Amino acid sequence: MAPLLQVRGLTTIFDTQDGVVHAVNGVSFDLNEGETLGVVGESGCGKSVSMLSILRLIPEPPGRIVGGEVLFEGRDLLKLDQNEIRKIRGNKIAMIFQDPMTSLNPVLTIGQQISEALELHLNMTKEEARQRTIELLRLVHIPEAESRVNDYPHQFSGGMRQRVMIAMALSCNPKVLIADEPTTALDVTIQAQIVDLVKELRRELGMAIIWITHDLGIVAGLAHRVQVMYAGYIVERANVHDLYANPRHPYTLGLLRSLPRLDARTREKLTPIEGLPPDLITLPLGCPFYPRCSYRVPRCLDENPALHAVDGQDGHEVACWVDVTQREEIRA
Amino acid sequence: MTRYIIRRILSMIPVLIFISLVTFALAHAVPGGPFDREKPLPAEIKANLNRYYGLDQPLWKQYTDWIGLTRNPSGEYAGVLQFKFGPSYSSRSRTVNDIFRAHLPVSAQLGFWALCIAVGMGVPLGIIAALKQNSFWDYFSMAIAIFGVSVPNIVLGPIFILIFALTLGWFPVAGWGTPAQMVMPAFALGLNSSALIARLTRASMLQVIREDYIRTARAKGLAERVVIIRHALKNAFIPVATILGPMFAALLTGTFVVEQIFAIPGMGKYFITSITNRDYPVVMGTTLLYAVFLVIANLIVDITYAYLDPRIHYE
Ligand SMILES: Nc1ncnc2c1ncn2[C@@H]1O[C@H](COP(=O)(O)OP(=O)(O)OP(=O)(O)O)[C@@H](O)[C@H]1O
Ligand SMILES: [Mg+2]
Repeated sequence: MAPLLQVRGLTTIFDTQDGVVHAVNGVSFDLNEGETLGVVGESGCGKSVSMLSILRLIPEPPGRIVGGEVLFEGRDLLKLDQNEIRKIRGNKIAMIFQDPMTSLNPVLTIGQQISEALELHLNMTKEEARQRTIELLRLVHIPEAESRVNDYPHQFSGGMRQRVMIAMALSCNPKVLIADEPTTALDVTIQAQIVDLVKELRRELGMAIIWITHDLGIVAGLAHRVQVMYAGYIVERANVHDLYANPRHPYTLGLLRSLPRLDARTREKLTPIEGLPPDLITLPLGCPFYPRCSYRVPRCLDENPALHAVDGQDGHEVACWVDVTQREEIRA
Repeated sequence: MTRYIIRRILSMIPVLIFISLVTFALAHAVPGGPFDREKPLPAEIKANLNRYYGLDQPLWKQYTDWIGLTRNPSGEYAGVLQFKFGPSYSSRSRTVNDIFRAHLPVSAQLGFWALCIAVGMGVPLGIIAALKQNSFWDYFSMAIAIFGVSVPNIVLGPIFILIFALTLGWFPVAGWGTPAQMVMPAFALGLNSSALIARLTRASMLQVIREDYIRTARAKGLAERVVIIRHALKNAFIPVATILGPMFAALLTGTFVVEQIFAIPGMGKYFITSITNRDYPVVMGTTLLYAVFLVIANLIVDITYAYLDPRIHYE
């Protein structure tokens, strides 16, 4: 079966005063029906911009999608006119955002904000939309949904607001839910509740999910496949088990090493990756991870490796010249 | 909310008492009196006049008479509390109430239309400028705004007369009563404020359209028009509402120059001449009345605020 969503060579830049920021550099991936795809990487590596580009939600100017295709239901979303892309947004592909405190409009009630999508995409009447909104609030376990539908965002806690965001995103039964770090702004217990809620909804509704995070721990329990981004490139992609058990990119190794493990027998020291990500205005010719890499070889300086299959592991791809399982790490 | 409004109205009382005291004190502190003339009146006549108007009384008594707490020389309680603002010393046939009745509606009308122009022009200009940032429309609106802010109405009035009345003949040069006569003065008075509103609206709108909830609205698939009207406008208008109260008061009181230029029989003209004439009751009455307008305008703004922004709660 063909993938639900196919992204090919997506490239997005920002024209700024300092120069052209290369935020997303030829990103390609597939999303299958009902699948959850994790997207991880450090802050600023282009996770949000790549996903916003899919729905053409980046601010233009300064942003500009300069290349690629986004194939969804047989059409290239990047070629649709404004009216057609709006019929996709919130309807077929919905999105939730990082900060539930600022992502809801403070002057409109929760009910108004959820039902407007229903009225728009599903042509519901005001009353139908209201009833459906209450059902949706129940679905995301907001207590006393009938009365809370008339409340304003400031009357909800952070976790509750994210539930509202989820209800809003799922209101039109989207095929794809893009979740951009939906738990980052929440405290740990609330994070877990939101993740559980999403798992439950995924079982009930069966939508495909793209889950952006920089927390490898969350993604481990949620995603089927994970792709790792660095400096606007995808540097490694694998199903979740392979990625954790058998990481192939030095950057992924670094990320995993900086993750605290509960099952570690000895108290291993956490080693954050040293150095900073490259300046996206003047990207190097070679591998962008080169300066921070402890497996680097001279070739990495001249040629940026493309994503290619890892031998013997189905669907595992990596963008690295070096086979990290065969080489000793260079210790600085 | 009702309790809040009642409390606010009650808290106006000390403010107004204070303003009445200050007005009274300042009016009487100005050197000279209402019956000083270049050719002095005979001492006897002056003393008679002073006695008739109670100006021979101690100051505190004059104040309480004016407020209406004590019997005035005619033996009645006839003060501000009874809505009687006393006689006018200079136009002797009329009381201050008569003057208010005749001239205040004119100023109020002028101020109202000026405010309509200020809001009706300022808000759309500001929005267009923000939405088309750095485009022709942005520069155009902001050019108008800078012109409006920097050219005072004492200059604007004559320019209008020159262009629209004398050259183009669209409007009558001066006078008051017909709608055509109102156009130029209302613009001359309102343009300044409309420029101020335009700049504030633009800044506020530019901030709002960068907010996360605007992105959320777009992600829902809403049309750009809906995003702006439903999601951005109300938020962007909150800071603009703040200045509308003082602005209305300023427009109402600031009519003097425009009334002079266009020969409008409004309150502003009377106010100024009453000061030079030491016409205490007119000076004090007008000041107090404008103070009341200002306090009420601010209360209305605060109530509007609560309506615009549900996060604001008055207990
Ligand atoms: N409006 C903009 N103007 C200029 N540059 C931008 C803009 N938005 C994003 N960028 C740049 O694009 C790059 C990618 O940003 P993006 O928001 O996708 O990062 P991210 O991976 O989502 O990070 P985070 O984890 O912090 O959300 C960043 O380097 C950022 O500086
Ligand atoms: Mg992001």
